[in-house]
Amino acid sequence: MDLTLFVWRQKGPKDPGKLQEYKAKNISPDMSFLEMLDEVNEELVMEGKETIVFDHDCREGICGTCSQVINGIPHGGQERTTVCQLHMRKFKDGDTIYIEPWRAKAFPIVKDLIVDRSALDRIIQAGGYMSNHTGGAADANAILIPKPAAEMAMDAAECIGCGACVAACPNGSAMLFTAAKVTQLAMLPQGRIEAAQRVCVMTDAMLKEGFGNCTNHYECQAVCPKGIKVSFIAKLNREFIKAQLPL
Amino acid sequence: MQFLSSSVGRKIVMAITGLMLLAFLVIHLFGNSLIYVGWINAYGEKLHSLPPVVWAFRLVMLCVFAVHIYFGVTLALENNAARPAPYAVKKNLRATFSGRTMIWTGLLIVVFLIYHLLHFTMRMTNPDISNSLDELGRLDVFKMVVFSFKNFAIAGVYIAAMMAIALHLSHGVQSFVQTFGLNSDKTIPTVEKAGTGVAIVLFLGYVSIPLVIILGIMNYKG
Ligand code: HEM
Ligand code: FES
Repeated sequence: MDLTLFVWRQKGPKDPGKLQEYKAKNISPDMSFLEMLDEVNEELVMEGKETIVFDHDCREGICGTCSQVINGIPHGGQERTTVCQLHMRKFKDGDTIYIEPWRAKAFPIVKDLIVDRSALDRIIQAGGYMSNHTGGAADANAILIPKPAAEMAMDAAECIGCGACVAACPNGSAMLFTAAKVTQLAMLPQGRIEAAQRVCVMTDAMLKEGFGNCTNHYECQAVCPKGIKVSFIAKLNREFIKAQLPL
Repeated sequence: MQFLSSSVGRKIVMAITGLMLLAFLVIHLFGNSLIYVGWINAYGEKLHSLPPVVWAFRLVMLCVFAVHIYFGVTLALENNAARPAPYAVKKNLRATFSGRTMIWTGLLIVVFLIYHLLHFTMRMTNPDISNSLDELGRLDVFKMVVFSFKNFAIAGVYIAAMMAIALHLSHGVQSFVQTFGLNSDKTIPTVEKAGTGVAIVLFLGYVSIPLVIILGIMNYKG
């Protein structure tokens, strides 16, 4: 299949950047989206031009590195799918495809389609952990955890930190990301000890990084490749309210 | 003070004040509906015979509005600033028109509120029809309302304003449930439908009055 691409090209953080048109020819429907870009890049190398720069690592949908807004939807709009797992059979011969980076003040563009997502790391550093004493290995079942709580913690822990929620959110908010970590740790007895402090410092860190505030559009859930749910944001809100209470 | 600078804290303030405004809309609709049973003049008279109560109520409403507007505007500005460079192509899968226009419907409500107070409370925009007394010597609210809404322009403004409120509430109601943390995966679809339902019921309730007057179903026989 042959495609017309409009790809965001930006030399560096200070460059204004622009959409540039490319032709992708003889693309196999069995290629992944990133393989399609690899093909285009090979052509560019042959022509002695600078390749399109994009983030990727595992290419199997688990690392959260790939990050492209395709035709206006982060990760391209296939349910629970990262860009690297999106296949060209989802497109038709002759399609025009717009490819842009995640856009948020907190995610400065490094080059072309690569953004700096270390703001998410700093939200985690602020409180997305639990403090444990070291020592001899604890007995595996010393602390009992109810099955539903463990399940909910595991569901929240599925977040791969790709930042699609931020890219999709009309407010550029990182609430879904933050809520996933707050929920994961708040569901476990070991995490409860710091729960009240955690929800406050993590949401403050989110704001400080320049992310917006959640206004319950739920656009994040619609694009999340791991199916993280906005009910975790409700959980974060509960944790926040609990943290304000004197008890 | 930390609460009022935090992201979630300010959302909760928006939700509490939004809920209070919603409660006011419900009470106000009950008051207005007295027009159908002919008690509207008596209701007006009763309210104005209790100045401390009326003024205390107005003061509370003013504060609630001021807080809701202040945080609404600052949150909207912050949220705008969080995406300085827009997408060339952006497709929303879930976000609604009503949700994305909250600040605009909100600001329309402010403009309408000012007009509404000048019109019916201070009776400054149509003094000719707004200051007569009924046979019991009370302010003739019924006459004021009927003559106002016989004017298509005035009725149109009110109906348009009610649309703005309905849009605001069709996102706002489901939103405060989520902000208070009352949602689970199971409740969200129902809560969203209920929010739209509340918006529609209030809209129909308020709009019915100018509508029955324009259609001549309710008239002033004086
Ligand atoms: C009839 C009067 C009003 C009612 C009943 C009302 C109700 C509500 C409700 C229930 C919410 C949802 C709160 C939440 O997300 O938890 C809300 C949000 C909002 N309101 Fe109002 N409101 C009114 C007037 C206004 C006005 C005058 C403004 C002017 C700026 C405004 C601006 C906003 C904004 C920007 C939001 C979104 C905030 C957010 O979701 O974080 N509202 N409103
Ligand atoms: S490259 Fe690892 S998730 Fe896509």
